[in-house]
Amino acid sequence: MSADAMIPVVERRFDESRGRQMLRPLVAAAPVFVVLFGLFIWITIENPNFTNPNVFFIFMRRAAPLMVLAAGQLFVIVSGEFDLSMGALATLTVILAASWIDGDPGRTWWVIAALLLIGALVGLANGLITTLLGVPSFITTLGMLLILDGFALWWSGGTPKGSLPDNFRMWGRTSMQDVPLIGQLPYSVIVMWAVGILCAWLLHFTSFGKQVFATGGNPRAAFFSGVHVPRVRTFCFVISALTGVLAGVLLGGFSGVSPDAGGGYEFRAISAVVLGGAVLGGGRGAVIPAMAGALALEALFTLLNLLGLPNPIRDVFQGVIIIGALGIVAFRERKTRE
Amino acid sequence: MSVAVPASLRTRSIRDRLEAAGLFQIYGVLLLVVIVTWGLILASGGNINVTNTLVRSVALGIVAVGQTYVILGGSLDLSVAYQVSVTAVVASIVMDGRVDRMWLAVIVVLALGALIGLVNGVIVTKFHINAFIATLGTSLIIKGALNATVNNYAGAVPREFRKLGYGAILGVPVSVLLLLAVVAIGWFILRYTRFGHHLYAVGASEETARLSGVRSDRVLILAHVLCSVTAVLTGLFIVSRLSAGAPWVGTDGNYDLESIAAVVLGGTALMGGRGGVLGTFAGVLILALLDNAFNQLQVNPLLKDVVRGVIIIAAVAAYTIRQRGRVP
Repeated sequence: MSADAMIPVVERRFDESRGRQMLRPLVAAAPVFVVLFGLFIWITIENPNFTNPNVFFIFMRRAAPLMVLAAGQLFVIVSGEFDLSMGALATLTVILAASWIDGDPGRTWWVIAALLLIGALVGLANGLITTLLGVPSFITTLGMLLILDGFALWWSGGTPKGSLPDNFRMWGRTSMQDVPLIGQLPYSVIVMWAVGILCAWLLHFTSFGKQVFATGGNPRAAFFSGVHVPRVRTFCFVISALTGVLAGVLLGGFSGVSPDAGGGYEFRAISAVVLGGAVLGGGRGAVIPAMAGALALEALFTLLNLLGLPNPIRDVFQGVIIIGALGIVAFRERKTRE
Repeated sequence: MSVAVPASLRTRSIRDRLEAAGLFQIYGVLLLVVIVTWGLILASGGNINVTNTLVRSVALGIVAVGQTYVILGGSLDLSVAYQVSVTAVVASIVMDGRVDRMWLAVIVVLALGALIGLVNGVIVTKFHINAFIATLGTSLIIKGALNATVNNYAGAVPREFRKLGYGAILGVPVSVLLLLAVVAIGWFILRYTRFGHHLYAVGASEETARLSGVRSDRVLILAHVLCSVTAVLTGLFIVSRLSAGAPWVGTDGNYDLESIAAVVLGGTALMGGRGGVLGTFAGVLILALLDNAFNQLQVNPLLKDVVRGVIIIAAVAAYTIRQRGRVP
């Protein structure tokens, strides 16, 4: 991509040092860190064992797939679109992996490579249909959700076939042992950090990232300043789909093979991203807060579980808290604008 | 596109012409779908049942009219599926098989629906929360409240009430009449009332509408209330067919995403301000015809969704591709 040759689209404000400019998105998303901190404290009060690395890492293993998805979804959201197909892609990943690997550890690596390739193609299809054919991404990715879910169901015939070997499941399930200081480190946390750092670098420190913000902020202005808007958006869909596949690998390891492994994750990822301060419609958002939003959602689930609330009541709380948190953010924003 | 200023005849005629051109395309696609699906069915030795296809589109059709309203206003309602479930369950519990409680139940569910719509509308307009997240949140709340209270079929509807689902007047099913009535009223309100014109204005540009003196918040709240009312009507139709309500009837029908798909298939812009109920009606019929064809041709039920997904994308692409300019 000839991105480096382009004029920087988002100029730095002159009265700000570079360091402060980097901090700005983090400060804007401060509420999510406060919420996360509060949730952790509350969980620790309910269950003092939570700070025990073993218990904490079990929680992190559960949270990792959503955090990975949030990082990918953020690109699409910032560029001004939606990706509703990532959960279905995660499901398809689990189903295809189980049937292709079928318990043979020797096949794990090329199957993961093949799945990433499929993911990239799905993202490419989402992007091209949205940008070249002009179909709203809500509809494109909704259609893709139906296609991928239907295909996974058809492929498995309703009941998943095959099984996943240990060297596939380890990514979502086991930990690296004998790590200094903390003793162990789940592989899923390593994957999550790798994805997070890569995405944060791509979105906040490269000219591609600036083009993503410009595209989402004002596609017309971006177009006139030389950004290839369709290409940028398509690339965002590819990133989002790749995280969908990675999340599928983690989910397959963590919870095993099932035809609804990734069901509902697309909505949770969008909620997480928005909790992390991103704006639906594009132009604003940051990777670390988005992933923190995902962690906060998972922490909320854990807390509601600890409080012994029945499942339905958890849904109610989740709904109230999402609306409440966003209401506060929107309120603060109007205050500062006035 | 310019904003539809209700008082000005000139802009209205432009809008009318655009709408007519759009409808022409959409009904063209509908005709194509009719020819292809019926041709395939006849070729495979099946028989065509128009009434049956219409009855199958009643549930989605009614709620899709309401969804058209919120989408026209630039909003969205993802909670309609759970509203359908709530209506079915509450109506069935209140009626409890007794004829004398029929109207009471209808009033109760309408009031409940209007309340949910009001809450959705207020959250979207007054709290300034994106409709996608706001209604996702309310749907979680409704889902939780519903699952906490019932987990199976509850209550029953009296035999008289089942006429809504199974009865016929002069050979035309009551449910089809209900659908046509909702579409006609929905069309009339958009075309001939001040609220309808304001809704287009708000959807095209909320700020312009507000600065021109439209109380845009009220307009959008009313759109949400009307949308919920259509969800209630769909719920009543479904419970009259099933004779008892269960918490999964709305989500099983996928009315949230399907209604949005039908609206967009019908040529209404997802960003608001352009489209209408007649297009949505065509969109619903297209989906129903496809379903009918899948059943008659015995398409592998597991593959149905794949084909649906492809067709939804292809159909929307077919009309967006022409309307687009060069600049994004």
